[in-house]
Amino acid sequence: MGSDAIVIVGAGHAGGRMAEALRAAGVAAPIHLVGAERHPPYERPPLSKDLLTGKVAPEQTFIQPAGYWAEHAITLHLGVRAEAVDRAARQVRLSDGGTLDYGVLVLATGGRPRRLTLPGADSPRLHYLRDIEDTKALQAALRPGARLAVIGAGVIGLEVAASARSLGASVSVLEMAPMPLGRVVEPAVGAWFLALHRGHGVDMRMGVQLRAIHDTPSGARLELADGTGVEADVIVAGIGIQPNTELAAAAGLEVEDGIVVDDCGRTADPAIFAVGDVARGFHRVLGRHQRLESWRCAENQPRAVAQVIAGGAAPYDEVPWMWSDQYDVNLQVAGMPRAVDRTLRRGGDDRFTLIQLHDGVVVGGVTVNQGRDMRPLQQLIAKAARPDPARLADPAVPLAQLAKGA
Amino acid sequence: MAEGWHKVVRKSELAEGEMVGASVGDKQIAVYLIGGELYATDNICTHAYACLSDGYLEDGIIECPLHAGRFEVKTGKALGAPVTKDIAVFPVKLEGDDVLVKLD
Repeated sequence: MGSDAIVIVGAGHAGGRMAEALRAAGVAAPIHLVGAERHPPYERPPLSKDLLTGKVAPEQTFIQPAGYWAEHAITLHLGVRAEAVDRAARQVRLSDGGTLDYGVLVLATGGRPRRLTLPGADSPRLHYLRDIEDTKALQAALRPGARLAVIGAGVIGLEVAASARSLGASVSVLEMAPMPLGRVVEPAVGAWFLALHRGHGVDMRMGVQLRAIHDTPSGARLELADGTGVEADVIVAGIGIQPNTELAAAAGLEVEDGIVVDDCGRTADPAIFAVGDVARGFHRVLGRHQRLESWRCAENQPRAVAQVIAGGAAPYDEVPWMWSDQYDVNLQVAGMPRAVDRTLRRGGDDRFTLIQLHDGVVVGGVTVNQGRDMRPLQQLIAKAARPDPARLADPAVPLAQLAKGA
Repeated sequence: MAEGWHKVVRKSELAEGEMVGASVGDKQIAVYLIGGELYATDNICTHAYACLSDGYLEDGIIECPLHAGRFEVKTGKALGAPVTKDIAVFPVKLEGDDVLVKLD
């Protein structure tokens, strides 16, 4: 309809950085940021850590101070959902009855927690953890001595377990797989984290299946497939997210576990882009399309896509990278290889680095309390380096040296 | 020794392109040797509790080992998320093999 405005649907971390990056790239057109949540753009890592334990306040998670958006002529529409996209008319219809015309549309709709569907999944004691309001509700329920049951030993589940222990709760973690963090690290590292949590008094129940949640007068009973049960006052399910692709799908855009885009965030519609947790982008480093659920992707992918919108050509091709902090342990993971045929290890029991190879090429890396190795690991992955395995395994050879020579 | 200057490390303890951590009272300091020059910053990242001296140094930029926040060593400038607050820098001087740092 002749508008040059940029509409960003989703005012989370990626949506917020998208708006900022457009201004930084010199885009002067009006920018509208539409978000269902009532908070301005914020980052999510503190939700399971410092925000949950009360170490920081919600405002400290905001990616910019409250006044920033208006100062940069970015109009926030908070507590508003986008209901439909009319691609022909280049218009977004909003839940408040309004419409926004766009010259460019960016979908940064993120994801929503995957929900349990078993009997008792409507228990008032069951929490999910995705946004600031979820964290506040969980924090209120986690009084000292509370019995917490965590469903899912992924990153969120384990971080919540660690935070809850520091708040004085007793914690059980229920997981179907034999080891925790199965989507993120290989079993040996999962085993290390299993021991870590057990050492902190967490009742880690691996390889179990939850059948039902029964509310009782004194709490809830989680019934396992083997007939045993776990008693809890509070339950958190951290079983992954589903990308919010409904808007895109209804508008006829290609979706497949995310909105499918190229390495520059473009959909098949030249006026529509997607970034962040919802985007299934092509990543050169991985050689495939992959939806990344990481802080780094939300932080940096928008910057690259903003350049593209502003007229440049800047594929987003960072090495995938994420971190998790549990107790005093820092875990970092780089790369996302589909196949690893050899893993080399440097370090001791308390701090170590894993280098993952496929056909002799460095495809991934893990550090536990050894974050200084992450930069050279990412350089090796980015270059698809083939260092001499003997030197890779030799702790006397700095990884930085191998990365430079690659 | 002039007031405010504190001995922190010996230069011979520092390799080129590396840094070490040292304490002065309850203050944690990181001392760097970059291109033959000495620099000093606060050692605790402004984002989370981590020692920058455990991090990764390249091209005059120190990367925190916890979440990869980066600071320019010479100026202490925070170079982007997750770090937004600059790190304190301190004047450094060499007396013989002793590296001294001037704190407030």
